[in-house]
Formats: sequence, structure tokens, C-alpha cells
Amino acid sequence: MSDAVLDIPSRNRTRRSRSFWRKPWLLSAVLLVVFIGINILIQPRFFSAYALGNIITTMLPWMLIAVGQTYVIFGGSIDLSLGAIVSLVNVVVVVLITALGGGPGAMVLGMVAGLLLGTLCGALNGFLISAFRLQAIVTTFATSIIYGGAALVVLPQAGGSLPTEYFTVYSEGFFGLTLPIYLLVALILVAAFVATTRYQKHLLATGGNRQAAFQTGLPVRRIVMGAHAIAGFMSAVAALCILGVAGAGDPLMGQAFTLGSVSAVVLGGTALAGGWGSVTGSIIGAAILALINNIIFFSGIDYIYQAIVQGGIILAALAAGVFASRRQK
Amino acid sequence: MSDVTGNHREGAFQRAFAFAAGTPAIATLFGCVVLLVAGQSIAPGFASLGQIAGQLNVAAILALVAAGQGIVILSGREGIDLSVGATMTLAALLAGNTMNGQDGGIAPALLAALAAGGFVGLLNGLGITVLRIPPLVMTLGMAGVITGLLIVVTQGQSSGSTAPSWAAFVTRPFLFGLPGVLFLWLLIIVLIEAGLRYTRFGINLYAVGSNDFAARLAGISVGWTRILAYVACGAFAGLAGAVLLGYTGNIFLGSGEQYILPGVIAVVLGGTSLAGGKGNYVGTAAGAFFLTLLTSFLTILSVAPAQRQIIFGVILIGFMLLYGREKATR
Repeated sequence: MSDAVLDIPSRNRTRRSRSFWRKPWLLSAVLLVVFIGINILIQPRFFSAYALGNIITTMLPWMLIAVGQTYVIFGGSIDLSLGAIVSLVNVVVVVLITALGGGPGAMVLGMVAGLLLGTLCGALNGFLISAFRLQAIVTTFATSIIYGGAALVVLPQAGGSLPTEYFTVYSEGFFGLTLPIYLLVALILVAAFVATTRYQKHLLATGGNRQAAFQTGLPVRRIVMGAHAIAGFMSAVAALCILGVAGAGDPLMGQAFTLGSVSAVVLGGTALAGGWGSVTGSIIGAAILALINNIIFFSGIDYIYQAIVQGGIILAALAAGVFASRRQK
Repeated sequence: MSDVTGNHREGAFQRAFAFAAGTPAIATLFGCVVLLVAGQSIAPGFASLGQIAGQLNVAAILALVAAGQGIVILSGREGIDLSVGATMTLAALLAGNTMNGQDGGIAPALLAALAAGGFVGLLNGLGITVLRIPPLVMTLGMAGVITGLLIVVTQGQSSGSTAPSWAAFVTRPFLFGLPGVLFLWLLIIVLIEAGLRYTRFGINLYAVGSNDFAARLAGISVGWTRILAYVACGAFAGLAGAVLLGYTGNIFLGSGEQYILPGVIAVVLGGTSLAGGKGNYVGTAAGAFFLTLLTSFLTILSVAPAQRQIIFGVILIGFMLLYGREKATR
């Protein structure tokens, strides 16, 4: 009897500490520190405002897409067309702004149209997957073919150009900080806000056990479709950010983002099966991917070795992350 | 009485229709026939025997990749292998350098291709079962590592070349006017179907794929079954790489990339469930043939490549709407 009474507080304590150790993003945070350390070693000026601003500008599109992908994966789905959505929005915005004359009004209109288009593309994915119960991997692969083809129809070759104001505003920003820094802060705040909403709980419930969520009365179809629409919107924002750096359209530019976003989500500790994970982790995961690229760039590794070093580091980081999260469960 | 027979006949027709619609292999083959007829009416000669043999020849490579992919998908737990493209390139480069244009090198080259593919599959399988890395991520990472390795070894140059006899086996008429590789494909269809139905591995595979907990309780070694599935997938990708070498003559980095996701689509069009435990290879083979026919059908339509790409995607979604649907949540 006394044992049981004594047990209760200690069990509570272990549960509380375990709940900290079970934070999905914990290991990725450790990895982030490690990779920042390596970066400082090989690039002593890493913490200069210029270098930091640069790396945040490179990271931001990856983070945006990874966050979108995270919501989709939370719901037990996956979207392999996000890269194609980035391409499509990218070229449509360039062509539209040019066609409208390139004034401030044209830029706002073009950006709004781009965001709308991205959201619609994502929502279409979600609609096909949830309303017709299609398998997400193959469906979004098929829509990625369609979106990619549409991007090539709109702008067959990389080119076109935006008014200079577009990328000066993006790179100069306000009050001495570049626009990507504000956007990063906004992304973190929005993600933190979404994490407190009922929607994220419902989304995680749907991904964790779709049938149970359905039987509880959750509108699982609408929830999953919403996640896909969010991912499409995030990809569109990323496309606008990429334009802020590149200043020209490229119908093939999004390709690398699709699988990169999945890697970032997994690095962040989110379960690909759905129902468990964290957006913070994905943001950190995307940062890790960018830092790995940075390390390879600044370490002076011969060009031909870069791909294998990058692949090896990512695989090792993923293996470590998955291995650690398995022990926590 | 006549009423009853009428009803009976209608029932039979409906049952036949339901069977065809519910059997993806038959629906996909029907799609192939539609494409052949439509192609023939646009470009006479599209459905000639020689053309069909040529299409089958191209489809064989995709079908070999899809064979391995199908086995991995059958094994369940989101099983998928996205490293098959890199594995194909690796195996084809190995085989090309072993043959180096000499007929005497064919046997060792094929062995090397199969072994290299099998080894990659073994690594994938171990990572997925022992380290429990999700298959999508593990095989994607593996693809990155192999591609990186190939860049280092080849310095980005194309190297090796096919032996003339191997090229002839893959592309030239061998028997009844058909190239030898089609007979190899036929043999593989029979072997896989028999293997899935009658061998212990095949039966275990379905059991593991549909419910691995129950399979474990039944005494099946779930881990080994999955590892073997990935080894088989790698070996098939290796074989497909060797055939690709025979078909194209020489291999560049990235030659295999274009087969990765079409291979998965062929499996899905063939009626294999991505959830695992349900499906067969005849359907996958039909799916590979359908995809190949669709590609060349869109080529003969005088449509620009980008528009062609859009039509391809729309048709894929249409086919998935027909029977790629999962069970409703209740």
C-alpha cells in the first residue's frame, strides 16, 4: 500500500520529464546546435549581420514549404507537388506583373493572384485526395506533372523580369533588417498561433487515427483538404520570396523543394505516418538542410564530392533523429 | 420464366462489368486497347505488330523496375523505394564497364548488376527494419548517396558500353520477330506470380503487408521478409539498369531517374494498394505497358511537350479515379 502511495508522485515526475524528452523537435535542436558549431568553425564570420541575413534569405523558402508540408503530413497525407506549385506560382506572378505594366498596383495584384493560385492548387490536391479517397503520393505526383506542365506553358524558358522595386524592397527591408527576417518572425508567430488552435488538434487527431477522428464527428475530409490548401499557400509565399532574390521567372525552379521539404519535416522529428510532430521541428529541419549546404560550400570540398557528402550527412542526420525518437517512444 | 432469365442475363452482364471495373489489370488492359485503337485512327500503323513489339520493348524496362517496387509496396508499412533510379544507373554503369563492348563480359556484367542492386536493397532494408527509418526517407537518402558516389567515381562522364550481343538481345528480333528481352519479361511475370502465390516468401509477404502484427504472432519473421523485399527490389532495379544499358548503348548519370515515379504509378495502375498486402504483378505489367503506350500516344498527337505533360497528368488522375480509391472511412 505504502509503495503505491509513494509511487504516485515519482510516476508523475517521470511523466513530466518524459513529456519534455518526447518533444519532437528536441533532437533536431541538438543537431542544429552541432551544425551551427561546425559552421562557425569553418566560417568565422558566420555571426556577422551580413552572413546571417544571407543564410536566412536562403533558408526562408525551404522553411515555408517545410511548414506547409508539415501540416499535410500531420493529417496523414503527403504532397509531392509543392515544388511544382512553387514553379507555377513563380512564373505566373512574373508574367502577370509584366503583363499588367509593372507598376505598384500590378505587383500587388500579381502577388495576390499568385497566393490565390497556390492555395487553389493545394486545395485541388486535397480535394482529389479526401473527396475521392485517392492515394496521396501518386495523386500529388500526377498533379505535380500537371502543375509543372502548366508552368512550362506559361513561361517555356527561364526569363522575364520583375521591376527592380520588387527585389530592392525584399532585400533592403525596413529599419535595417531585411524583409526575410520579418517574414521568418511572422512564420514562427503564425505557426505558434496555429499550434494553439483547435484546427491543429483536429488535424493531428485525423492523422493519428482517421477512423477514430471520423467517428468522433470531425469533418476529416475538410480538415485534410484544409492542410493541403495551407501547404499550397505556403508554397506560393515561398515562390514570391524566391522571386525576391532571383528577380526572374524559372519554370523548373521548384523541383528541388518537393523532396527537400519532406527531408526537413522528418529531420524535425515529425512522424511521416501522421498524427505526431511539430512545426518548430520542421523549421529547424529546414535550417539544418541549409546549414549543411553552407558547410559544404564554405569547407572548400571539391565540387564532385559535394553531392555525396551532402547525401551522407543528411542520411546520417535522419538516421540519428529517427533512432533517437524511437528510443523516446 | 423469361423474366428470370432476363434478370439472370443482366446480372451476368453486371457481374462481368463489375469484375472488369474491379479488376485493375483488366481495366488497364482495356485502357491499352483504347489507346491502340485511338492511336491507329490518328496515325495508321500505331497498332501494327511491329509497333506493339517496340512499345512492349520499352515497357519491359519500366515493368522490371515496377516489379521490384511492387514487391516492396506489397510488404506494407508505407513501403516504397525511391532509390531504384540511382540503383539502375549504378547497375548500368557497372554492367557497361564490365562488358566494355565485349560479348564475353555479359554474364559477369549481369551478375555485377544484380549483386549491386541487391546490395543497395539490403542496405535499404536494414535501414528501414533495424534503424526504423521511414522507407520514403531512407531510400531517398540512399539515392542521394549513390548519385554522389557515382559523380565521384565517374567524374560526371559517361563510361562503359554494352556488348553487341546484349544490345541485340534487348532490341533485335530473337524469336517470332520479338526481342529476347520480351521472353525474359514473360519468364519474370511467370516467376513472380508463382513466387507470390506458392513460395513461403510470397505468402509471408502478403501476410506481413496486410497485418504485420498478426504475421509476427503467426511466427513469420517480419523483419527478414521486409529486408528480402527490398533486396528483391534492388536486384530488379539492377536488372532493369542492365536492360536499359542494352537498350540505349551507354549510360549517363541520371539515366535511371525517369523510371522512379512512373514505376510507382505502374504498380498503382495495376491495382496494388499502396497500403500493402494486396496486389499482383500481372496488373503492374499491364500498368507499365499502359504508361508506355500513353506516352507514345501523346507523342503522336501534335501537341507541344508542356501541354502533353498536362494531358498525361490528367489521364493519370482519371485512371486513379476509376479504381485507385481507398476504402471509405466509416
